[in-house]
Amino acid sequence: MKPQHVLPLAIFLTISVAFGIAFYLNLDPTETPFALEGKTVPAFDLPPAIEGGEGLATGDFRGKVAIVNFHASWCAPCRAEHPVLMDLEKRTGVPVYGIAWKDKQADLRAWLAADGNPFSRVGFDGSGRVGIDWGISGVPETFVVDRAGKVVWRFQGALNEPLVEKTLIPFLQGLK
Amino acid sequence: MRALAVIVLLLWAGPALAVGADETMLPDPAKEVRARELMEDLRCLVCKNQSITDSNADLARDLREIVRERVAAGETDAQVRQYMVDRYGDWILMKPPFNVRTALLWLAPALMLVLGGFGAWAFVRRQRPAAQPQALDADEQARLRALLDEAP
Repeated sequence: MKPQHVLPLAIFLTISVAFGIAFYLNLDPTETPFALEGKTVPAFDLPPAIEGGEGLATGDFRGKVAIVNFHASWCAPCRAEHPVLMDLEKRTGVPVYGIAWKDKQADLRAWLAADGNPFSRVGFDGSGRVGIDWGISGVPETFVVDRAGKVVWRFQGALNEPLVEKTLIPFLQGLK
Repeated sequence: MRALAVIVLLLWAGPALAVGADETMLPDPAKEVRARELMEDLRCLVCKNQSITDSNADLARDLREIVRERVAAGETDAQVRQYMVDRYGDWILMKPPFNVRTALLWLAPALMLVLGGFGAWAFVRRQRPAAQPQALDADEQARLRALLDEAP
């Protein structure tokens, strides 16, 4: 190899390795950090979003594994992931709680009445402050809380079938 | 002329709109200034490369509201920043602190300068031999001597 060919090749290899590492680590620049990882559930107490339903508060996470999903009726990806949420409680065997983020109560009720309510409890976070305490950057976002009340898993964006099957369910089994 | 005046006024009004003209400012101007300075240093979660001052996102507006509330409640700048870092990590700071995870980020410019300097040095060094004058042969020596002797 001629010496003048070494430098371009070295640059090419360096960039390839950098991309390779980023791909391997699943780095996604659109994701924001999971600052709550390993910390206890933030203190909150939200009123029920559904008439006759139950609200959601920090105390509801005591002593059990639970899934929490932030959503809103105005959010298209939330509607896209809705079918996956519908049978999530049955498939995972853990309660699936919802927090309606920056939504209008009437819109939310109309949506869940029409498409079904997958949540055993839905808290209403009209101001969005509880979402900010959880460090969300938008909806949908889904968290897993472990038995000790620590937030241990997060996913930003719409849940989908392969993710639930290959990542979420094995992760929950690891917690049991 | 009038059109120009309108354009100038509109351009001038731009920054005022950026922080949400309909937002309630803090009654204490000194605190409002502090809150604005803090907002400049907080990154918008939705737009990623804008500060929450510059962003129109709903979440940025909520964060501006929180900054104002905390400043009004008498928190220090460090406390307000910590509130945000607790929720969104160092990522939310426009100027992330220097630590193990951000070392490469902060040192990259210096590293690039060193690499570039080395490249430039290597390039110049390679050019030099071609630029060096060749020694004169016997005929040229003779001509040079003749020319020098002619000089008054």
